[in-house]
Amino acid sequence: MTDVRPRIRLPRSASAGDSILVKTLINHDMETGLRRNSAGETIPRQIINRFTCDFNGRNVIDCALEPSISANPYIEFEAIVDQSGDFVFSWHDDNGEVYTATETFTVG
Amino acid sequence: MQHLKPAKFLAMATACAALFTGVAYADPDLSAELVINEGELTLVTRAPADDIVPNLSERYSGWLFRDAATREMQMDDFENPAMIAVEAGEALWSTADGSAGQSCADCHGDAAESMAGVRARMPHLNNDGVLWSMEDYVNNCRTERMGAEAWRWSGSQMTSMTSYISVQSRGMPVAVQIDGAAAPYWEQGRDMYYTRYGQLELSCASCHEESTGLYIRADHLSQGQISGFPTYRLKNAGIVSIHNRFRGCIRDTRAESFAEGSDEFRALELYVASRGMGLSVEGVSVRP
Amino acid sequence: MLTRRDTLALGLGATAVATLPMGAFAQTADEVMATYTGGATPAEGGVTITAPEIAENGNTVPIAVSAAGAVEIALFATGNPTPPLGRFAFGEASGAPTIATRVRLGRTQDVVAIAKMADGSFAMARVEVKVTIGGCGG
Repeated sequence: MTDVRPRIRLPRSASAGDSILVKTLINHDMETGLRRNSAGETIPRQIINRFTCDFNGRNVIDCALEPSISANPYIEFEAIVDQSGDFVFSWHDDNGEVYTATETFTVG
Repeated sequence: MQHLKPAKFLAMATACAALFTGVAYADPDLSAELVINEGELTLVTRAPADDIVPNLSERYSGWLFRDAATREMQMDDFENPAMIAVEAGEALWSTADGSAGQSCADCHGDAAESMAGVRARMPHLNNDGVLWSMEDYVNNCRTERMGAEAWRWSGSQMTSMTSYISVQSRGMPVAVQIDGAAAPYWEQGRDMYYTRYGQLELSCASCHEESTGLYIRADHLSQGQISGFPTYRLKNAGIVSIHNRFRGCIRDTRAESFAEGSDEFRALELYVASRGMGLSVEGVSVRP
Repeated sequence: MLTRRDTLALGLGATAVATLPMGAFAQTADEVMATYTGGATPAEGGVTITAPEIAENGNTVPIAVSAAGAVEIALFATGNPTPPLGRFAFGEASGAPTIATRVRLGRTQDVVAIAKMADGSFAMARVEVKVTIGGCGG
């Protein structure tokens, strides 16, 4: 998929041990596989089928997504930041591509 | 079967809806405040009516008519899915395109400065006195100065660019010129606004002036302002341009609609923009 | 971008589904949920779903779920062509067993959240979300 842009929103600051709200958004059509084109042919399914988030190598959340998730999937969850470190996010596309993003977070 | 006049049909349908749901008319949520990014910017969603809108008591942004969840989506630049298009537009701004090897940035520099106020004044007369929409200005630059191909009016590149340019005017009051050389266009647009189209014989005014606040099936009829455009429509899960929406609206009256980028729609755009004078440009809004 | 024709095709699909005998269709959603719980009946309570009563547009419906003590939450749209919406497994660095996302609902239906607890038991919540047809072409 061309021009896929993951977007991450983390709070500005937090103390070690806090649970912070993580917001993620990625542009993707999430083609359900149920639609037909003007010729009447079924448009093949192509969705983000999995989303994961790790912090300092430890898993925060692992999501299996289905075609009924809206286009431009938005996922919001909480993570414990026991120390400063890196968030690594991954979105797995049906076509085999994996889109990733990394965000460094520093505890105050 | 007797042919029902559309006005009667609308009234009847509304009455039926009232019977079943108990709610035929609902005020928009006038107490709601459109605050962006927790206080960074407050947008004006209510403005006084004037001679341009003699049949409205007050001007309301379409945002006020939406439910709480939709309104919330627009209040945070992260949650607003339209910002994806804005970012794409930002990338296009700095990307060279065409035989001249130039990007928008090469001539226009920082969009936050050069494009501030542009959306608020659209559409407006070009140097030859012809009314142009933002899309016309963009394509004119591309074809005449960049040596690039024109973008499709509602293609993803154009909507990304108009989204990016619009955001630079976010918070500024809509202020279009409707007098002098612009007057003939404005009058043409006003005439269109009150013309009934299609099998359903509905004019823009039928829904957005006479029936604003009522429900058409489950849609809460707004005043049909375009201050929020380009908008991310939840229905399309994508950016919708002004002309694209005009086209859809007229098609919904079961008429053969005008084309995007047509002279008729440019005139209508000027008139509809003037109906929103004083409301804030919402940059990119979120609508159902 | 969905064209009118596509929307019609999607709508026709939904109508076709809606004309199936109600019992047969509901069984499919129940079967899917039973597969998830391995046949166990989830307890009611302990799971909170936040969803609009009426979705402004069925294409993008914000849903949030929280379930104290859950290690995983599975979401189902009982009236969609394929009921499963997603499974959200909370890892060791998770801050809370809560999730928020946006889903597509094809028509008025129940959204069900089943939470799997650490001890292997299940809890659930169910809310109805009304999905309507707008007047302006959807």
